[in-house]
Formats: sequence, C-alpha cells, structure tokens
Amino acid sequence: MVETLQQLLPGFLIPHFNWAMQLGQGFFGDLWPSILTVVWTVIKVMLIIAPLLMAVAYATFAERKVIGWMQVRIGPNRVGPWGLFQPLADGLKVLLKEIVVPANADKAVFLLAPLFAFAPALVAWAVIPFNEFLVLANVNASLLFVMAVTSVSVYGIILAGWSPNSKYAFLGSMRSAAQMISYEVAMGLSLVVVLMVSNSLNLVDIVKVQNEGRFADMGLKFLSWNWLPLLPMFVVYVISIFAECNRAPFDLAEGESEIIGYHVEYSGMSFAVFQLAEYSAMLMGCTLVSLLFLGGWLSPVAFLPDSILWLFLKIFSVLILFFWVRATFPRYRYDQVMRLGWKVLIPVSLIWLAVVACWMLSPWNIWK
Amino acid sequence: MGSMKEIFNSLLLKELLKGLSVTGRHTFSRKITVQYPEEKTPQSFRFRGLHALRRYSNGEERCIACKLCEAVCPAMAITIESAQREDGSRRTTRYDIDLNKCIFCGFCEEACPVDAIVETRVYEYHGESQADLYYTKPMLLANGDRYEAEIAADREQDSKYR
Repeated sequence: MVETLQQLLPGFLIPHFNWAMQLGQGFFGDLWPSILTVVWTVIKVMLIIAPLLMAVAYATFAERKVIGWMQVRIGPNRVGPWGLFQPLADGLKVLLKEIVVPANADKAVFLLAPLFAFAPALVAWAVIPFNEFLVLANVNASLLFVMAVTSVSVYGIILAGWSPNSKYAFLGSMRSAAQMISYEVAMGLSLVVVLMVSNSLNLVDIVKVQNEGRFADMGLKFLSWNWLPLLPMFVVYVISIFAECNRAPFDLAEGESEIIGYHVEYSGMSFAVFQLAEYSAMLMGCTLVSLLFLGGWLSPVAFLPDSILWLFLKIFSVLILFFWVRATFPRYRYDQVMRLGWKVLIPVSLIWLAVVACWMLSPWNIWK
Repeated sequence: MGSMKEIFNSLLLKELLKGLSVTGRHTFSRKITVQYPEEKTPQSFRFRGLHALRRYSNGEERCIACKLCEAVCPAMAITIESAQREDGSRRTTRYDIDLNKCIFCGFCEEACPVDAIVETRVYEYHGESQADLYYTKPMLLANGDRYEAEIAADREQDSKYR
C-alpha cells in the first residue's frame, strides 16, 4: 500500500506522507501495519461501493430511457438536463415516504430483510476483477465465493415474505425463492462447463484463458472468448441470470397488476432497498456474463490494448440486453417459469456438459 | 417431423429473436411523445370542454329559461330556477352546472333554442374540492364573456355541417 501511494501521490505531498507514516509507526508501534491494511481495505471497498451505487441509480434511469425508446416514447426528460437528475428525485421521494410496518409483523426481521437481500449483492463485488491487478480480493475460488454469496440473497426474500405475517407476501416469497433456487441449478451446471474449459475457479484465470486459442493467435480475440465455443451454455447462463435477478420475463414478484410478490408489504425506503438489491444483483449478473463468457477486460481484436474500459463496455451491453428483453417479452406464468427451468435449461446444460466433456477428451480438444 | 422442427426452432430462440428485432428497430424510430405543456395535440372546433353561457352583442343574456337543457341532461347536472324580470321577460334566477356530474355529452348545447349554453374548447381548469367544480350562473356568464370570440368562431365553422 505504501509503495502504491508513493507512486500515486503528487510529488509535494510525499514528504508529508512519509512523515505521517513515521508518526503512525511511532504511535502504534507493531500494530501499525495491520491498521494500515484495514484502512487501505476500507478505502478500496468504498472505491467499489460508491461507484457501484451510482451505477445502480443510473441503471434505473437508463432502463426507463431505453424502454421508453423501444416503446417509441422519449422516457424521463423533465428533471435536470435530459432528465439526468431523475434518479436523485426518485431517491428523495422514496426517502420521504413512510415505512409502514404491519401490525402483526416481526418488526426487526421485517426491517432487516431488505438488507439481507441487498448485502450479498454488494459482498460479491469483493472478488470481481476489473483487470488483471485491480481486484479487491484475488481468492482462488472466487467464482465459488460469488455463487455462495449471491445465493444468500434468497434468505432476504424468504424473510421478507415471512416477517410481515401476510399470506400474500408469504406465497410470493415462496414462489420467488423456488424460482431462484431452481435456476441456480441450471446456472451452476453452465458454470461447471466454464470451469472445465478454463481449469480454474479464479475469475482472473478464467478471463486469461479466454485470451488463448486459434482465433486469438489470428488476432480475432473475440472469437476465442467462451461465448462462441460454449454458445448453448452462454444462452442458458444469460437466461438463468434473468431468472436469478427476478427480472422480466421472470419478474413474477413484481407483477404489479396481476400478482403479489414478497415485497407486497414494503413501502418507502425499505421497498427501495429491494429495488437497489435487484439492480445491483443485475449489475453483478452482467459483470459475471462479461467475465465468464465475453472475455472481461480483454479487447476484441489484437491491435487494440486490453483495458478496464472494455469490461465496462461489455457490462453496459449486457445491461442493455436486460432492458431490451424487458421491453420485449411478456411475463411468464409461474408454471411456465418452472417448466423452462427444470425441463429445458437443466437438460440442455446437462447434455452440453457431456458434449464438452467428450470434446475435451477427444483429439479435437481446443482448450488443452 | 413437424414437432421436431418446432423443438429445434424453440431451442434456437427463433421467435424470441424476432421479437427482439421488432423492439430493436423501434428504439431508433422517431418518437411520438407529445410533451404536453409545451406541445399539444390538435383540437377540433367541436371539442366539448368547459361550459359557458353566451350573451347577445348588446349585452343581453341569451338564456330564456326554457329548461330544455335541464330536461335533456342525462346526468342531471343542470339546475335552473326562473322568474319574471321587471321588463316582463322570463329569465333564470339560478343556472347551475355541477361539473362533477357532467359527462360532457353536449346535449345541453344541442337542445338550446337560442344557443345560450355552449361547451367551449377549454379543458385546462381544475378544482381543489368538489365545490370548486359547481359552476353557478355568474361563473358561466363570465366564461362566456371571456371566450366569446373563440366560441363564435367555432360555431361559425360548424354551421356548414348543420
């Protein structure tokens, strides 16, 4: 940390910085390095979370704009230039609204449930690499960590359905939980294929492996990314991510007009936290798609440099796909959601798992 | 064989891609939103909006208290009371329209033998309570005085079709 800061800081600050380091060393003694580590980690966490929350806010704005355009409308354009302050106005409105706690609710759980849904979507960002070096925690099993942590958000949904003591919320939460768990199976199976070909659970390695291959040697790196050789898995994974995030066309929880979901008893900021959770889970999903299948920060062709901007571009494109799908397809019925998950996606991914396994053992193995 | 083809097509997401292409095309098409306070949709001269009571050009009110509008009103929104004026003519002492009840059908205007009660083009008005939307005779006459030019022009344009 000290070396990085010494490189980053402007020259006139370095003596002051060194002086502060010595002062801390003198005051805390042996504890100083550990304190530095904690402070440095907190700074890095804030550097991820603050832009992430901004991105979430503007994802809602982008969604309304894009869906508006697709419906031949112009979308929000009243608050600030081009409507750019719309998320701020929405946030303010939601803050000023009352949080109604139902009379028979388990109050503590009721108020904690949105956080249970929101926190996992933030925690998972700890292991997401933005490029080869820019990663908060480069753990070996980072993909496993992401899977495990994002699964925890199901608890938020179940608690949100159970705590208000309302039948509708309870039924809604059961349905959403069942949906998320079902699609986790298909998602996991498609990830297994990715793990097989990249021979690693580390997200950095998974991205790096996509940089190799016949097409990559020819300079057409984007054809070597996992999406092409694993195309069916790519499709299965994207569809499962849609269902995992409770997004259209699987947004049964939010069918405002026809059905009730787990957040039916929530209002004001507590409801908004569920929305934040949904959008940060969605950004998480887009990032995972970009890292696992679209080559992360790798540039699509050899003559352009790899950059974190490519990752942002890919995340944004997948996000647009989310909006595009929401603007296009009608919502699934609940039994159709389950049928698609269990009877289509899981068999497809199982079959492709076998196909890829045979492919890897055959002499035409392209991954080595 | 047909069902095999169907399964194949659904696995290839053919219909989904077709749907996506439709919305994708519309993303870049010209937007049809009318941005209301600045832009407005065109309005017919037959538009039936806020009511008004008209006067003759000498300032005499047209209404002769025949109560045909009160009789024809399907929502029973009009209430009229009449009495003899000093000069011996019959005039209304009360002419109320409850806009909470009014369905803006325009029958009152059709029924009126002297073109006294009319519906103007005005639609941008509001009431903050139900009482605000209870229009009395002076209010309706004031409406008539205010919009007389527009009312007369619209009736002129419509006369060709009557």
